[in-house]
Amino acid sequence: MFDTALTVNDLLFLARGAGMTLLVTAIAVGLGTLMGIVFGVVRYQVGPWWGAPLTFFLDIFRSIPLLIQLVLANAFVTTVLGFRVSGFTVACGVLSLYTAAYCAEIVRGGIEAVPQTVRRAARSLGMSWGQDMTHIVLPLATRVALPSWIGLALGVMKDTSLVFVVQVVELLKSTQILITRLQEPLFLLLICGLFYFLISFPIARFGGYLEKKWLAND
Amino acid sequence: MFNYTFRWNQALKSLPQMLEGALVTMEIAILSMVIGIAIAIVLTLFRLSPLRPLRAVAAVWVEIARNTPALFQIYMVHFGLGSFGIHLTPYLSLLIGIAYNNAGYLTENFRGALTAIPETQTRAARSLGMTSLQAFRHVVMPQMLRIAFLPMTNQMVWAILMTSLGAVVAMNSDLYGVANDLNARTFRTFEIFAIAAVIFYLITKTITISARLLAARLFRY
Amino acid sequence: MIEIENVRKSFGSLEVLKGVSLTVPKGEVLTVIGGSGSGKSTLLTCINGLEPIDSGRILVDGVEVHAKGTDLNRLRRKIGIVFQQWNAFPHLTVLENVMLAQRKVLGRSRAEAEAEAVRQLKHVGLGDKLSVYPSRLSGGQQQRMAIARALAMSPDYMLFDEVTSALDPQLVGEVLDTLRMLAAEGMTMICVTHEMKFAREVSDRVAFFHQGVIAEIAPPEELFGAPRTPELQKFLAATV
Repeated sequence: MFDTALTVNDLLFLARGAGMTLLVTAIAVGLGTLMGIVFGVVRYQVGPWWGAPLTFFLDIFRSIPLLIQLVLANAFVTTVLGFRVSGFTVACGVLSLYTAAYCAEIVRGGIEAVPQTVRRAARSLGMSWGQDMTHIVLPLATRVALPSWIGLALGVMKDTSLVFVVQVVELLKSTQILITRLQEPLFLLLICGLFYFLISFPIARFGGYLEKKWLAND
Repeated sequence: MFNYTFRWNQALKSLPQMLEGALVTMEIAILSMVIGIAIAIVLTLFRLSPLRPLRAVAAVWVEIARNTPALFQIYMVHFGLGSFGIHLTPYLSLLIGIAYNNAGYLTENFRGALTAIPETQTRAARSLGMTSLQAFRHVVMPQMLRIAFLPMTNQMVWAILMTSLGAVVAMNSDLYGVANDLNARTFRTFEIFAIAAVIFYLITKTITISARLLAARLFRY
Repeated sequence: MIEIENVRKSFGSLEVLKGVSLTVPKGEVLTVIGGSGSGKSTLLTCINGLEPIDSGRILVDGVEVHAKGTDLNRLRRKIGIVFQQWNAFPHLTVLENVMLAQRKVLGRSRAEAEAEAVRQLKHVGLGDKLSVYPSRLSGGQQQRMAIARALAMSPDYMLFDEVTSALDPQLVGEVLDTLRMLAAEGMTMICVTHEMKFAREVSDRVAFFHQGVIAEIAPPEELFGAPRTPELQKFLAATV
């Protein structure tokens, strides 16, 4: 169908890029979620006033372009501090914090969605703060937070396309390298787009399904 | 370990240039939102239409916008259209790419907002003799835009952040592009991008705060 | 004149109208009573073409509502309808609520529409609420606004679909007073209602709906005084 100069080696090159996309996504979402949960719980526990510095710090990651975050972090660590750190490490670090910033909001929103009356009932039965958190808040908040979290994870996967700026060759960058060499932009871009779409679309659908199902049950 | 000397003066000298870039960034974001909202309203109508092909157009648009990176979408506009012989300037490629993305996400927001408006509103409007388009235009849409106002604000912030992606299609007059060019000439990477970051931060904060004030004025009901 | 000839209507396998025939001449006040689910509300939405019918026909001033070529939007200007749920447009003030359709459907100028809206709102006792948003009004006030909104279109007929059913008991009176006023003014009205006292007072005729048909229709003294069918006797015994 397509008359293309694309070789098996080129396909492998693309596949390696795709692998990098998934690897960075996995690390960022994993670390970011852990940090996000901690930040979110802390932010909720201390209240808006004492939580202000944390909120301000996290808000920065949501208010400036990720591209600039990556460039700045890279410049800061390598030239200002003078560490020898790979672009991969910088990319994972920045994306983790970026994920954590959004995740903290989702977590806080989830906890706030648990009615105070339910929690008071739990405490009045003699449950400790920890028991209340794990047996009451966690399951209820998860229902609220999970669909948003799925959206966040997919968003982070799409945003990994920006780590090219710290010399990490992920899927879109690999595609672009091949475009420059083979001069077949449309065909290559379609392959690349299809990869993102095939991962993102079903998971997004699943998230939407969960959201609907849980809304209907309430 | 800490033997780096900051040279803020040199970077600050380029501040006027960067502020000019910031204007271009805001211009693109605003235009892309205006276009995006207009298209999203049309796509929302498509979604409600009884005609299958129209619903399909809306669905494909929304799903591609939401399930591929924005950077990919800009590439598609610039290089993808290029292979059909349509060569756009970096400015146009970036604008169209962001507008495409905005329209997709906003259509989804509008759909969510629509579910919150009871069917009886349309019914009441129709029983007063309004056509279905009049009922949508005068009764449903204003309520939809109110509910979707906060998501629209978020999308506006996204549009600002997305302008930085213009660098990949050699856009150099927006804030990120200007910073990028300055960096290539002076190598004061940290200082220049730190200033750019502060400007971006101020722009996005101004948007969210003024949106909140605007909402209070606009929606008194 | 509204002429309803042997109208049938089903929702899925449930037949709600099983051959209803009825003629309402100009100037008449007809109330429709009957148990819930007897099809009386459906009949109203069929009259102004909001619901299609399966067979039979409905004529309004000689125009067949469900005929192919009928301009429903034009026809609906003649027929005002007010629902159980008042459906105020929440994003518009009371005045704007009443002005909107006048301007968009009848093409009235802003000044004309405003003058008419003010007149109708004063008429239903909302003259002091013109620039208020509906969320600030009580249910009864919102329902009166909905009546003014329909009246402002200068309809020849008014249909009222259980307009007091969703109201708190203490607010029912003010809305019924508005309907009484309209009846006294000679408006042609069909009111579906559960308020028996009201039906007795204002109606020229009362129709009793039972299982998708009109089981009995007569002037109120006759219908309430000497119910003929056992169904109506049972219904009246249960409601009074």
